[in-house]
Parts: sequence; C-alpha cells; structure tokens
Amino acid sequence: MTSAREEILARVHAATAEAVAPERPALAPSGPVDVDLFAERVADYEAVVERCAPEEVTERVAARVAGLRVVVPDGLPFAVAGSVADDGLVAADLDALDGVVTTATVGIAETGTIVLDHGPGQGRRALTLVPDLHVCVVRADQVVADVPDAVRRLDPARAQTWISGPSATSDIELSRVEGVHGPRTLHVLLTR
Amino acid sequence: MQAPVGTTFVGMPAFPDAARDALGDPVLRHNLAHATGTIRDKRARVVAEVDDWEDLRVDGAAVKDTALADLGTHLLALESALTARGARVHWARDAAEANAIVAGIAKGHGVDEVVKVKSMATQEIGLNEALEAEGIAAWETDLAELIVQLGEDRPSHILVPAIHRNRAEIRAIFRDRMAAAGRPAPDDLTDEPAELAAAARLHLREKFLRARMAVSGANFAVADSGTLVVVESEGNGRMCLTLPEVLVSVVGIEKVVPTWDDLGTMLRLLPRSSTGERMNPYTSTWAGVTPGDGPQEMHVVLLDNGRTRALADEVGRQALRCIRCSACLNVCPVYERTGGHAYGSVYPGPIGAILNPLLQGPGSSAWVDSLPYASSLCGACYEVCPVRIDIPSVLVDLRAQVVDAKRIVPDVSAADSGVRPRQRPAAPSPQSLAMKGAAMTFASARRLGLAERFAGVGTSLARRLPWLPGVSAWAGARDLPQAPAESFRRWWRRTDGGRR
Amino acid sequence: MRVALQVTCLNDALFPHVGQAVVTLLRRLGVDVEFPEAQTCCGQPMVNTGYLDEAVPAVRSFVSAFSSYDAVVTPSGSCAGSARHQHGLVARRSGDAGLQAAVASLSPRVYELTEFLVDVLGVTDVGASYPHEVTYHPTCHSLRMLGVGDRPRRLLEEVRGLRLRELPYADQCCGFGGTFAVKNADTSIAMGADKVRHVRETGAEVLVAGDSSCLMHLGGLMERQRSGVRTMHLAEVLAAQE
Repeated sequence: MTSAREEILARVHAATAEAVAPERPALAPSGPVDVDLFAERVADYEAVVERCAPEEVTERVAARVAGLRVVVPDGLPFAVAGSVADDGLVAADLDALDGVVTTATVGIAETGTIVLDHGPGQGRRALTLVPDLHVCVVRADQVVADVPDAVRRLDPARAQTWISGPSATSDIELSRVEGVHGPRTLHVLLTR
Repeated sequence: MQAPVGTTFVGMPAFPDAARDALGDPVLRHNLAHATGTIRDKRARVVAEVDDWEDLRVDGAAVKDTALADLGTHLLALESALTARGARVHWARDAAEANAIVAGIAKGHGVDEVVKVKSMATQEIGLNEALEAEGIAAWETDLAELIVQLGEDRPSHILVPAIHRNRAEIRAIFRDRMAAAGRPAPDDLTDEPAELAAAARLHLREKFLRARMAVSGANFAVADSGTLVVVESEGNGRMCLTLPEVLVSVVGIEKVVPTWDDLGTMLRLLPRSSTGERMNPYTSTWAGVTPGDGPQEMHVVLLDNGRTRALADEVGRQALRCIRCSACLNVCPVYERTGGHAYGSVYPGPIGAILNPLLQGPGSSAWVDSLPYASSLCGACYEVCPVRIDIPSVLVDLRAQVVDAKRIVPDVSAADSGVRPRQRPAAPSPQSLAMKGAAMTFASARRLGLAERFAGVGTSLARRLPWLPGVSAWAGARDLPQAPAESFRRWWRRTDGGRR
Repeated sequence: MRVALQVTCLNDALFPHVGQAVVTLLRRLGVDVEFPEAQTCCGQPMVNTGYLDEAVPAVRSFVSAFSSYDAVVTPSGSCAGSARHQHGLVARRSGDAGLQAAVASLSPRVYELTEFLVDVLGVTDVGASYPHEVTYHPTCHSLRMLGVGDRPRRLLEEVRGLRLRELPYADQCCGFGGTFAVKNADTSIAMGADKVRHVRETGAEVLVAGDSSCLMHLGGLMERQRSGVRTMHLAEVLAAQE
C-alpha cells in the first residue's frame, strides 16, 4: 500500500507538472523609521505608551508596578523591586500574579507592533501571556519602519510573539472589545 | 479517489432553497447587514493607508503561486526543517486519516479533552465530531467558536463564525449553556460585549490551565525555516500554543509559503483584509520544539483532502492562494443577504462557492453544483481579495464544469467491469434546452429576426430572450417590461436607421 | 473610421429606443454609426450559465458581423465585458484557431458607450439637455470588469439642467446577474429591493444606468411597488435635448 506521504506528493507533482512560478513585483521600500509614529500607533490600540530616557526606566517601571505582584524573566537589564523571578512557575502560579515586565526585540512603527523573540529579558512565552498586565520596555533603536523590515531582522528559528495592543476580540457584532485571554493591559515604555 | 468528507454540513439542500429560509429571517438579515457593513468600512480605512496596496496584492498572489508551482519541493523542505527541530510530521490524504492521526495522539497520552485554536482545516475535516466519537472532548476557545459550540450551531463566517448572532442571543447562549460545559456565566451577565467577553475569559481560563493537549491549524507554514504561524486576536491561540504539553497542528498543504521573508508581504495583507486592523493583536510563530518553553511534543499533520484535486484545476488552482481573510464574504451582496449557512459548508461566501466545488469536484452532488451559481458575478470579491483570486472567472469556469459533467454521464453498470465505462447523454434539463435553443437562435441573425417577429406584443419574455427561462420566478416580484411594437432590427430596416 | 453599433440582444428585442438613442447621440457627434444586421448576441448569457459550446455560434456571428469595423460601440457594460473578457475563452473552447485569432483582433476594438465617447471621441459635453432629478447606478460589469471609472459621471455632469442625486451604496450589485435573476430569484429580488430602497431615498424621478438588463430588473421591482421612479438608459439621457 502506498503511504499517504508518497501518494500526496505524487498527486502534487502530477498537478503541478506544467506550473511555472511567476515574477515577483518590485515593492516600494519602506520609508524612514518614525519613532513618533510607533508611539502613536501603539497607543491607537488602547495601549499605554510612556516615553522616557533610558536612565529613567527603573523608576518608571517601579511606579507602574507599585503594589502589584509581578514576575520578571532572566536577563532583564534593570531591577524591579519586589518582583518574583521565573524559576519553575507553573501556569497556575502565573495566573496568581498581577503582571510581568520584559524587554522586546523589535518594534514596528507602521503597525504599532512589538515583537518578542523570548530571548534574555523577554522570558518564555507563558510569562507574557497569563498575567493580566504586561509592561514592555522598547528602545527607540529597536523600532523599524514596517513589517518587512521586522521580518528581515528576526530569526525564524526562534519562537516569536508579535503583540499589537492588548488582547481583543471583535466577535460580538464586530465591535472591538479589549481584553480577552491575553494581558488586558499593555504598558509600553519607549526609551530614547 | 474517494470524495473528501467533512466539508459539507450533512444533508445540505442546494443553495437557492437554503437561501430562501435565510432571506425570510429579518433578525438574521439585520445582524448580517450591520456586521458586514461595519467590517467593510474598517477594511476600507486601513487599506487606504497603504500606498502600494495594489502592488502588495500582486506580490501576495505571487508568493502563493510560487509556493504552489513547486509545492512538492516546498512540502519536503518544510517536513525536513520541522523534523530537524523536533516536530513529528504526518501526512493525511483525507479527513478520516487526519482525524485518526489526531485521535491516536490524544489516546497515546491518555487525554480525554483538548483545547482548540480556531482553525478552518479542523472544521473542514470535522475533527471535533471525530474526537467526540472517540470519547475526547474538543473545546473551542475562540470566542465566536465558543458561541457556536455552546449554541450547538454551525459557523456562518470564516473569521467571525457567530456573525449571525447578536449580543442578546449570545447572552442567552452563555446563560443557558456555559454551566454544562464548565464554569457557568455570572448571574448578572448583561449583553454588553465587554461583559460577554469577560465571561468567556473566566469560563475558558480553567480549561487552558488544565489542558494537556492542544490542536491548532496554521495561517502560514514557512518551508525554508520550518516555521508555523498563527494569527489571532484574543490570546486563546497563545494559550493553546504555549501552555499544554502536546501540540498538534493540522495544516492544509496549501498553507506553505517558500521563505521566511515572504511573511513580510503576507502579514501586511492579512490583518488589513481580515479584521480591518493594521495588525491583529497577536501573531505566534514557532519552529518545532523550544526547550523549556511551550509544548515539548509537537506534531504537524499535512492535509490534502481535495487540495491536490483543486491544484490540478488550471483555472481553479488560484483558490489555493486563499489566506482565509474573509474580505470576500464581507463585500459579497449575496452573502450579506443569505448569511453563511445557506452555503452549507464551513467555507461560505464567494470563496466557498469556488473552494467547495474545487475540493469535491463539480458533478459530485446537487449541492456542490448549485454553489458556482450562488453569485451575480458582480466582481466585488475579486476587487478586495488580498491575493487576487479572480473569483468571478473561477465561478464561470466551474459553471462550465458543472454543465459539462451533465453532458455525459458515466454508465454505472459498466463501472465495475474494468472496461472503460460507456457514456450516454444525460436527459436534458429545461435550462439546457433553453441554452441549446439560444445557441440555435443566435447562430444567425435571420433566425433571431424571425424569433423576434413571431414574439409580438404580449408574448412571453422567454420567447424574446431565449436565454432567460423561468419567467414565473422573474414575475414573482418584478413586472415584465412592455414589449415594444417592433424590434430595433426591424426599425432600422424600416427606417434605414432613422434616415427616412 | 467605420463605427458599428452592437445594440445587444436585450435592447434589440425589448428596448429598441435605447439603440435609437445611441444612433441619435452618435450622429449628433458626427459619427455615422452603422448597424450590421448579421449581429445577434454576445454570448454572455450562455457563458455565464456554463454553456460554453452553446456560446460558440453567438461568438462566431459576433465576429462575422463586426470584424470589418474600426470600432464597435455597445450601450452595455456587460456585453462589452463579455466581448473583451470572455470571447477568448469561448474561442479557445471551439478549438478553431481562426476564430481565436479573429477574437483576439476584434476584442480590443469593442467599447462600452461611455468609453467610446470619452476615450475615442474625446468628449464629455455631448450637447444633451435633460432638466430632471436623476440618480445613477454604476453597473457591476462597467464598474469592475471594464473599469469605466468616472466616465459616466463626467458625461452626466455636462448635461444641461440635470440634477444628479448621490445614490447610497451605489457600487453594490442590483441583483440582476443574468440567469442568477431566475436561478436564485429570491436572493436576486432581495438585492434588488435594497437597491430600490436606496434609489427611492434619493428622491430622484429617474434612475439611470448603462445596462438595460439591470434597469429591466430594477424597473420591474419599482413598477410592482408603484414607486413612481422611472428607469432610463444612460444613452437616452445623453441623447435627450429637452
């Protein structure tokens, strides 16, 4: 008996014997990086955007998470007073926490998107998913103009999470509601 | 080759009959007009922001055509990249094989429930029903899918499966049905969308935290890097892709894109066309198993289920470019009035009108054969399609295939004998007689002139327009035009074109 | 330049005054339009219902009627679309290389009326006068298959005395769709009813469009509703000198 794999591949080859790949059009290159646009577009999603100097980050984060139980990943380049380290927390533990503080890998100005590749300072994926508040520090030099620029900067072998605002749904009469399963509050600190 | 199963809602009537019921439901008509109008406007606003949108569409089509032209090579590249990163790749010819693979994995882990990311492929193959038959509960976690599942309803839209429901109906479903499936809805639940979403959050969170296995689809499968991509809004996808120990992704073979860089185009096209946003809230990508992060056992089921049939159709092949954005549904004047159920498939609307016949084959059932005719060929779908699927042209080509399938019917009695079945002409339908008559009449102007002469004042529309049979269907709500005293042709001859 | 009128089978049989209006209009603009009597139908009703073999005789008669002309003008976006976008399909189906070559040469010379006026003759003021409140429905095939764009509007704006009322949701299909109107009569009527509602909302006396087929459908609905709104082909408005 032929295996499903062999049979499907045989059907594919028979079906595409005459097919020719088309030419790709030349797309206009992205414009210059506009960090102000990034801040604007992130805010369009009902996320909070705060801009500050790099040396202010520790203080601003502390102010935002004061009184909350937050988890921080390994490799976070600044200290968060009173935070919990991610050492073997299970999902239920994360669910009992209020928030998480991370850095990011790339910001996309055109779409207001933040990309995490879950390297040092960004934590494993569950960390930025289960708690209800995500405080994310993005450096201005991480911001690119548009999606293709981000794709070129990112490593496809790494798990990634692209975040554009807090979780949302439009499933009820197509009207957008912020906050379903992911963090309901996204707070972005954009440093110069 | 067996006809693929699962794509069809069992016992679906042909489109015109199913549409009649929907058209008579004023609540449904209102819900649909409101929802499709809202999303059309949103899409138009964010598409207008992109200067090179038309070039981007051409590129999106080219990305998918490039993948399809050499699909065998790309599938093998995908398989080897995934395998190298610790995922196990399975191949399924049809729905039954795919369902058996997923059920087998679940049973191998002794789980009796799985959480699901919204996925068209798993709906197409009827995975939930197949798992249920094996004693495994499949929980839909997308809000709209949850509404459909709790309401024991059927999806009516690709992106928003519960688009036919309004907030009051959703509140009633949550109040009445949530308790039987897990955490009940709060007693004081109102019909505010934010409250309804919050009720779903609480109801599903216990399932996310408990589930050991998840099932997903994929929006894209990148061949050169072995990366799978899921595009979503709510975070239910991230929950399923991250928290359980085992992840099974059922991926149609046409989801392949050749290279990672191709996502630069596809992720610009999809959200703007789909939800009408610059970007959807969450996109997850993963390339096999990441040690210490997310599921440590991963399976990918590559699904055919009629796709190679569509691939072999030179005109229809372009339907496999589809990225399931549902822009064509939202602009379709037929869909807006009939809703999705009338199409009898998880793929409704213009794309469903071509995809179902392409996957199953014209001539395979009266239902399939009715779908290519469920369109006025207005072309609004083609105009918005982010990968430029020329749906009207494919519809017309499929109509010809439906007609051709009836021109010759196989002699069933000879089919088993191993001898090439002899074929005999099918009994002609009133429509085919009308078309043959029209062909005769239009073959010569003399015949047409005669036909017009004998069709004087007061004769039927059908006599004057040999291609338009079924005057009773016309006259139900529309007056017939007054027949003129003479045709243009006779006027021209009589007056020498108005000169005398 | 030898110019032929393709009047369309529908106008020939049911709306001869539309053909007469095109003749009046073109003569006024100095075009001595001819009517080749060998013409029948463009074949679109058969093609769009799936009967490609049955469309071959119609395409043959189209080619034999019009091949010797420099331009073919038709008061129908749908029939022009059929000639330009579907005749090649039918010719290929026939397997007749001669027919394929003839179609390839003829198709680009087929113009919808407003294309011919604006692009070939280079006019938008055709000397018409029609002092009425009208609203304009852009038919799907002229809008999306041919891409006539704002040509009809530019022509209408130059008509003396004409007051153009905006039609809400103008680019939505009226629901005619050829045999769709009878094969899916309920959906067709529902689409038409919405279009008629929008037409009536404009308060216009006359609904104008560039395809008699769509007007027949909408006119039939409006007659049944005793709406008081008349239908008129764009050619009739452009020919008018009231």
